[in-house]
Amino acid sequence: MSDAARPPVTTVAERSDVIAWESIPRRVVTVYVPLICFVIILLFPFYWMTITMLKSNEELLNYKDYNPLLVYSPTLANIYKLLFETDYPRWLTTTMTVSVVSTFISLFASVLAAYAIQRLRFKGSQWVGLAIYLAYLVPPSILFIPLSTMVFKLGLFDSPMALILTYPTFLIPFCTWLLIGYFKSIPYELEECALIDGASRLQILWKITLPLAVPGLISAGIFAFTLSWNEFIYALTFIQSSEKKTVPVAVLTQLVEGDIYHWGSLMAGALLGSVPVAIVYSFFVEYYVSSLTGAIKE
Amino acid sequence: MAARSERLEWGGGGLHWLARLFDYKPFLIFMCLLPAVGLLVVFLTYPLGLGVWLAFTDARIGREGEFIGLLNYELLFGDRIFWMSVGNTILYTVVATAGKFILGLWLALLLNRHLPFKSFLRAIILVPWIVPTVLSAIAFWWIYDAQFSVLSYLLVDVLGWRDTYINFLGDAWNARWSLIAANIWRGIPFVAISLLAGLQTISPSLYEAALLDGATPWQRFRYITFPMILPILAVVLTFSVLFTFTDFQLVYAITRGGPVNATHLMATLAFQRAIPGGQLGEGSAIAVAMIPFLVFATVFSYFALARRKWQQGESNE
Repeated sequence: MSDAARPPVTTVAERSDVIAWESIPRRVVTVYVPLICFVIILLFPFYWMTITMLKSNEELLNYKDYNPLLVYSPTLANIYKLLFETDYPRWLTTTMTVSVVSTFISLFASVLAAYAIQRLRFKGSQWVGLAIYLAYLVPPSILFIPLSTMVFKLGLFDSPMALILTYPTFLIPFCTWLLIGYFKSIPYELEECALIDGASRLQILWKITLPLAVPGLISAGIFAFTLSWNEFIYALTFIQSSEKKTVPVAVLTQLVEGDIYHWGSLMAGALLGSVPVAIVYSFFVEYYVSSLTGAIKE
Repeated sequence: MAARSERLEWGGGGLHWLARLFDYKPFLIFMCLLPAVGLLVVFLTYPLGLGVWLAFTDARIGREGEFIGLLNYELLFGDRIFWMSVGNTILYTVVATAGKFILGLWLALLLNRHLPFKSFLRAIILVPWIVPTVLSAIAFWWIYDAQFSVLSYLLVDVLGWRDTYINFLGDAWNARWSLIAANIWRGIPFVAISLLAGLQTISPSLYEAALLDGATPWQRFRYITFPMILPILAVVLTFSVLFTFTDFQLVYAITRGGPVNATHLMATLAFQRAIPGGQLGEGSAIAVAMIPFLVFATVFSYFALARRKWQQGESNE
């Protein structure tokens, strides 16, 4: 009847809705109510952290006179305490340095490895690929004890170098895996043309494949950065002195004095520690979601 | 001809032999694999072997161990806390994984509908997964506080369903369920977004055909949606099981294995014994004891995946 009025292209979701003939109240109950519940539950801890951070101590521990879900007189004292009375800025810079350096090391190694496995195609390249994939399945909770003895023997204990060298063990497998998938999508003909024109293999990698693989590199970089920012067990084991700790470890171990929990500062530390990854994530959310789903489909 | 153009590219004869060397394929392959494979062998394969060796020794922090055979394992075999940690790990993995997948699949199905602000919704739903685990665990630590828990406040003071505040982390079973809930909370986004990717590849014509044949919503889910997302489900399941089983951060941050060792997972117990306790050998033995479970979980889900592909007549790439 009104076919002409409908847009010619409909998405999968729209079509499945059209064919389901749902009434509006039914749709509210089956879709919107559960969805809103999910969103509230998934985001509530962040709301709770934010308002805890903004409360004064007196308000924080008095549920009778103040409704805990609201802030009556917001204060920045907790953030001030965190930034100026603890080593927090140093923890942030340490974490940033460690994450950035280990991300670059991993990207460098992964690009070369992925290129060799996917493009230089040699006997056994599949097996190397499989071995790297299997390396991703070895969790840090099995490795940290022997690694701690190695770190000690190498004289790296309590030094950021210990983290910079060990983080690539879980970053490289992941990045290589992601980049192999990405290189696969770049037409091989381009490289053949360059080969015929007399370019060397390294020139091809540097001038043709890499520029085309920039989106893949960005998403691998984001993943590597967030993974190393979130890393906990190695940083907990290999670093001892307070000022060299990374943010996740320091917030947990340094902000609690004996039995006194400074909940306001703890929450401020946790929230501020999440900011860098949140920024990186929000800039590249499209890359992130698509590469996440792409990596899964591989 | 080729040599001449190369010389031009590399700006003179000095680097000529180097350029030639890098065009020699076996050498190039070797150089390309060297950084990645080198780092992985030194900091992953070697420690893995070293860990297995340490488990057979009585090494302590600051002291080389001597070979003591299976003594560490024998001690663990009679250790009640170790067996409790095994039980906790299995309970934690099974319940949390099931919870994540049921709720994650539900969320994915909801997100697959035609909704306003779709991409915004997807972006904010991933937030719990982006934020460092330990930092969100701290939020849960505070949410589960014995005196000032907001959950207790809601149940007691707002809804009036209970008379007393819940002692979330002080009681063994309460603490276990609290940890499982926190783990599910963190795992839902990843499962939902990955499964959503699978859902979006399903052709709507299948649903149309099913509708014409009079299939109920449940039948459409059971015979179309579920089989079509099974391959992705298997991959995500493998990873989820693997990471839940070896989880350390969440438990360490919220309970540190307490109350009275009741919530130790194998990973946290290994840490407890090896690093603060100094018993590297015993800690390694606990860590090594995780390996058979991991291999089993991986192989199991890999074959679930392979069987599926074989049934669908796809070639195994």
